[in-house]
Amino acid sequence: MNLCTLSALELATRIQARELSSVEATQYFLSRIAETEQHIHAFTHLAEGALDRAEQIDSRLKSGEQLSPLAGVPIAIKDVLCTIGDRTTCGSRMLSEYRPPYMATAVQKLVDAGLVIVGKTNMDEFAMGGSTESSYLGPTRNPWDVQRTPGGSSGGAAASLAAGMCSLSIGSDTGGSVRQPAAFCGVCGLKPTYGRISRYGLVAFASSLDQVGPLAHHVQDLAACMAIMAGHDNRDSTSLAAEVPDYLAELGRPLKGLKVGIIREQVEHAALEAEVRDAVSHTQRMLEELGASILEIDFPHQEYAVPTYYLVAPCEASSNLSRYDGVHYGYRELGDASAESPLDAMISRSRSRGFGPEVKRRIMLGTFALSAGYYDAYYKKALQVRRLITQDYHRAFQDVDLLLGPVTPTPAYPLGEKLDDPVQMYLGDLFTVGANLAGLPAISVPAGFTSEGLPVAVQLQAPALEESRLLNAAFQLQQAGLFTPQVAEPPAT
Amino acid sequence: MELSTDDIRKVASLARLEFSEQELASFSTQLSRIVAFVEKLNEVDTAGVEEMAHPLDVHSVLRADELQPGLSRESALHNAPSHDDECFLVPPVLGQKSHGSR
Repeated sequence: MNLCTLSALELATRIQARELSSVEATQYFLSRIAETEQHIHAFTHLAEGALDRAEQIDSRLKSGEQLSPLAGVPIAIKDVLCTIGDRTTCGSRMLSEYRPPYMATAVQKLVDAGLVIVGKTNMDEFAMGGSTESSYLGPTRNPWDVQRTPGGSSGGAAASLAAGMCSLSIGSDTGGSVRQPAAFCGVCGLKPTYGRISRYGLVAFASSLDQVGPLAHHVQDLAACMAIMAGHDNRDSTSLAAEVPDYLAELGRPLKGLKVGIIREQVEHAALEAEVRDAVSHTQRMLEELGASILEIDFPHQEYAVPTYYLVAPCEASSNLSRYDGVHYGYRELGDASAESPLDAMISRSRSRGFGPEVKRRIMLGTFALSAGYYDAYYKKALQVRRLITQDYHRAFQDVDLLLGPVTPTPAYPLGEKLDDPVQMYLGDLFTVGANLAGLPAISVPAGFTSEGLPVAVQLQAPALEESRLLNAAFQLQQAGLFTPQVAEPPAT
Repeated sequence: MELSTDDIRKVASLARLEFSEQELASFSTQLSRIVAFVEKLNEVDTAGVEEMAHPLDVHSVLRADELQPGLSRESALHNAPSHDDECFLVPPVLGQKSHGSR
């Protein structure tokens, strides 16, 4: 019995039909984790009592309770989402012992739907990074080549799926943090419209960009997961009140007549590697065969997306992360007792020892760009260019229904390669940050492997709240054979 | 613009971060590079463009002022590095030195 690449929906159907129990499914993945985790390090920690919770789901199902189409399925949660009674570390020393007194809404909805949390996945510290190397708990490795990064910041979320350690995974995406690791690990990942899923209990990085998103081997599992997590939440005033469509029922519409735009500035970008460009061309032909028409689109502000993002995100982060003061929760270390203000000395010392280098870099950049005399030149300027980037999207979506392009310029790169060069690391986000700046939904869909055996992927982007259109197109591509869900086997020891 | 180690020291104090001399030097190089990179935005003519702080046009969301359950004191204090079961405890706001100098 191989459950690793079975769709989560199919797994739940079998659990519902009592062909196997949620306990058996959970045991299956826990033993995969026991075998593989030493090579991958996808988790910050495993959740306590997973088997007990699976047993409770089994008995509730047995008593005839209707939970959800995903009831009984083992799921991994990125360690940026608060889980009550368990640690939520954010991959940071600052929160290494933090036990949230409340549950993130998105996670609570999954638990209520009968999913079984098996563990919390590793991530770049406070979700800042694209390689999962900035985690205080050490890097995650790419299951397809353990010398390479799984991407980030949701690297653990993507790697846990690619290594067959869970059936579904939840990440967060501020500038590509679901889509880029999904691309590097050969799995599907969705960043929903800003506000579609509550951010309550999602540890804040950049509040106008952050969004929770699911990862899975199968597109229909993303749809099922969205149906559970999406919707308005009184505890997040930026969550959207728009009705939640039946994402699953919307899969299966023919693509005939769909207009797909290709952003010229993306496919012609000098940094785009040939094999990734080939994947986009291949997907384009497949969409045409499925009845879609292709239009070339101009995106005049494409090259300004990364600089805009690396002002907006650090500015918001510097403000959000001011809450870590060693007083209410988190790491504390006393400073110089003879300082003018021992309180101030404690705050500075706690922050300096509690945060790692990348987080400090972004706090410094944001503090600088928001400081007196520089605000207009940097932050305000970035907000204006953000408007222009959003207008590029609006113009494009007057002509097309979806945008197709790359997720990343290259496949997964070796661990350590970009650690000493922040700007190079940031440039890896050039195709993903636009959707965050404009608040639009986007999906990363696997599109085969390079000659070296590394996953490649394509990105589809849609107008706000058109997740159904994205999921349906991705599903049609999956059905047409753009990719086959696969799991990397651990290296022989 | 180039950020000197003095600039970095000033920003660090605003951000409540402390750095060794060596870190100050390396931050000044790194942040200067990043700032030079984001200065690419100066190429864009943004005259008259309205700032966009947020993707949603949602302002001042209100709800009825009704009593709702909140965190208990116990769970609010649970993660505090130091507390006395009623309050968060912190080191003195003003130390010996500042008493002496005033």
